[in-house]
Parts: sequence; structure tokens; C-alpha cells
Amino acid sequence: MNLYNAISANKWKTWIIMFLFVVFITTLVYVMSKALGLSAIGISGMALVLAGFMSIGSYYFSDKLVLATTGAKEIKKADYPAYYRAVENLCIAAGLPMPKVYVIEDRSPNAFATGRDPKHGVVAATTGLLDMMNEAELEGVIAHELSHIKNYDIRLAGVLAVLVGFVAILSDLFVRASLFSNSDDNRGNAVFVIIAIALAILSPIAATLIQLSVNRKRELLADASGSLLTRYPEGLASALEKLAADHTAPKTASNATAHLFIENPFDNKKVKNMFTGLFNTHPPLEERIKILRSM
Amino acid sequence: MNTTTIILAAILGATVLFVLYLYNSLISARLRVKEAFSQIDVQLKRRTDLIPNLIETVKGYAKHEKGVFEKVTELRSDLMHAKTPEKKAEVNNMLTDALKSIFAVAEAYPDLKASENFKHLQEELSDTEDKIAYSRQFYNSNVLDYNTKLQVFPNVIFARFLNFKPAEFFGASEGDKQPVKVSF
Repeated sequence: MNLYNAISANKWKTWIIMFLFVVFITTLVYVMSKALGLSAIGISGMALVLAGFMSIGSYYFSDKLVLATTGAKEIKKADYPAYYRAVENLCIAAGLPMPKVYVIEDRSPNAFATGRDPKHGVVAATTGLLDMMNEAELEGVIAHELSHIKNYDIRLAGVLAVLVGFVAILSDLFVRASLFSNSDDNRGNAVFVIIAIALAILSPIAATLIQLSVNRKRELLADASGSLLTRYPEGLASALEKLAADHTAPKTASNATAHLFIENPFDNKKVKNMFTGLFNTHPPLEERIKILRSM
Repeated sequence: MNTTTIILAAILGATVLFVLYLYNSLISARLRVKEAFSQIDVQLKRRTDLIPNLIETVKGYAKHEKGVFEKVTELRSDLMHAKTPEKKAEVNNMLTDALKSIFAVAEAYPDLKASENFKHLQEELSDTEDKIAYSRQFYNSNVLDYNTKLQVFPNVIFARFLNFKPAEFFGASEGDKQPVKVSF
């Protein structure tokens, strides 16, 4: 997969995912309202409109949502000159417009990029990362993030973050609603109840799997094209090594935003979570380091 | 129409389409080169803007180091008047060396070295130098793309006929020419 294929593939996948999301949510709501014995056509009509807005909204506002949930603050050059300068320099080398630069107050080192296209790009890093990395390592990390911007990974990832999160909330809502609904009043169809429960359990998992499949290859591509910018793969390799050695628990990442970061914030050593082993958003750091060192 | 005419017309049509496509892709590649060069120009301009300030500041502490100032001032005006990328690269590299001699002179004047203004200028200039290096990298990779497009077969046959000339690389100074190994 070369860079230009990656860009157009990302743009297409974003549209397809936005469309599938609308279809999926409408179907899901239809089945669930049948199961709860509500007027299915009316509610799923509303769901169709709502999901349409969600989809379009996720395209335009996912970056703001992501920044808000991670608690990132925009900075000026004077606040973090070395960090800001590294972003400036690498943007010149990549031929990208200058993105907005954000910092997250968090001891756990990590970084991500978001926005819908290079003109609306955002780069964010935690204070832990800025403290820990030397100049070459920081440049390696930033070049990796800028490659995500250049490849339009950020558009796809941002839309995914919002939509996957919404599917999770919706399933959760249904489970609660069915627990509290009065059984005497329940005119719901038994078949739909079974389908709805199955969907409520399976859809967040399916959504997450889509998120993962989209992500892993992209990380390796960003590592490679980032190295082409710095002309120094060792910088990123040694940064990843430091990330692998660090075990500070993150404050701000959630499952919905995990795939945005340079390193999976929920690696097994940091947070005990039965899903992390099965559901890795990133290829193992060791593998990425090995590839970088062989460049 | 007999078969030969149809084949000839098809070949002619395909050639015309190919030349059209080639022309457009060469034009956009050449524009990218031009755009990339304007990025270098922005940084060179910033550099030439910073130099008079630097000279004024250093003069305040080290009046009799005239030779160094003259050299830098002269190269600065050469850089402002240079036209081709090749010439600009050459003068810019000479200017880098001349600036080094100013900072070497400054070593002998502790008051100057301690001055906030001087520190700030030194930082700005070294930042500009970094940015020149990065914009040079971007420019040269665009030149490489464009020149490759010009010189591969069969483009090379048509490119000359369409009057496209290869672009010049922006050369690095001797100090920057350490080998960089990148292989994929």
C-alpha cells in the first residue's frame, strides 16, 4: 500500500463507514423498539435522522470531541518552544500546513493526531511524553503523527471514534431499558427480544473489531513515512522503546479513543482489562521497533 | 475503413491521450517544485531579515571586528539578489560559514554572550537554519519526483518536445553532507 493509495482508501472508507453507521443504527433501533414493544417505524425514523446527523457531525466535530474527552489544551510557541518548533520543522519537511498544537496534562507518555484533513490538523502530546523524550525521539513521534495527518488517517480515526462510541452507548441504553421495562406492559415480540439482545451484545464488539482492523496497518505505514520525514528511524525506535518501558497508567484515554494514540494506552501491563489482549489497537511495540531498526 | 486505418487511428489516439496526461502531470509536478522552493525562500528571507539586527547587536560590544561584519553584510546582499536555486544555495552556504565566524567572535565578549537580545537572535538564527534544512529536504524530494518523471522512458521522448527542463537541486553545505542511510 503506497501513500497515495492509502489517502484515497482512507477517504473512501470514511464515507462507507458513515453510511454503514446510519444503516446499522436505524436497523438496530428498529429491532430494539420492536423488542421493547414500541412503535418501531416512528422511532427508527427518528433514529435514521439522528444517525444521519451523528454521522455528518462526527465528520466535522470529531476532533473537538476527541480533544474535549482527552482534556487537551492548545498551546503557543512560547509555552513549549522545543515541541512547537519540532512540529513546525517537520511540517515544512512534509509540506503540510501548520496544525494546531495541543498538550495534555498527564504523566503517562503518549501522543495523537486528529482533525478531518491537513488544513484542520491537530497534534497533541502528553506532558509525560514531552518530559521523557530527547529531541530526536520527539521528532520521531511527531513525524509519526504528522504522517497520520498527511495520510488522512485522522479523518477515518476521528469518525470511527465517535461512531463506535455511540454504538456502545446505544447498546448499553437498550440493556438498561429492557431491564427496567414492565413485563406486564411488554407487548414486544419474543423473536425480536432475542435478536435485540444478541445485537446489543455483539454490536459494540463488531464496532471495535472494525476499529482495530482499520488501525494496525496504518500504524506501521505512519512509522515508515514518519521515518522518511526525519531521515532517522532510530529516533522513533528509541522513543517506542521508552514507551514500552513506561508503565504509568493514563488518565485521559478511553476505549473509544484508544486507537488514536501513538501507543495503545491500555497495554496489558498498565490496565487490567480482559479485552486488551484480544483487542489490540496497535501492533506490538517490539515488532514496530524491529521494523524501524531494519530500515 | 480497413483494418490498418483503424489500428493507426487507435495508436494515434492513444499517443495523444498519453501526451495530454503526461503534460498535465509534468505541469503539476513542476508547480509543486516551485511551491516547495517558495518555502525555502520564506526561510532565506527570514534569515536576511535577522542579520542586520544581529550585526547591530554585536557591533555594540565588538566595534573593531569590522572584517567579519563586512563579509556577512556583503553575503547577505548577494543572497537577496541571487536568482537561481543553485546560486542561492551557494551564497546561503557561504553565509552560514560567515555567521559562524560572528558567533566565534562573540565568544571573546562575555557581556555580549550574556545579552538577552544576542541570545534571542542566536536562537532565532539557528532555528531558521534548521528550517532551511527541512524546507530543502522537501524541495529536493519534489525535484527528485519531477526529474524522475522527466527522465523515465517513454516520458523522456515527449518531455523535451514539450519543453520541460529538469529542476536544480538545492545543495547542502559541506558540513551537512554527512551520509544518511535510509533504505526501505
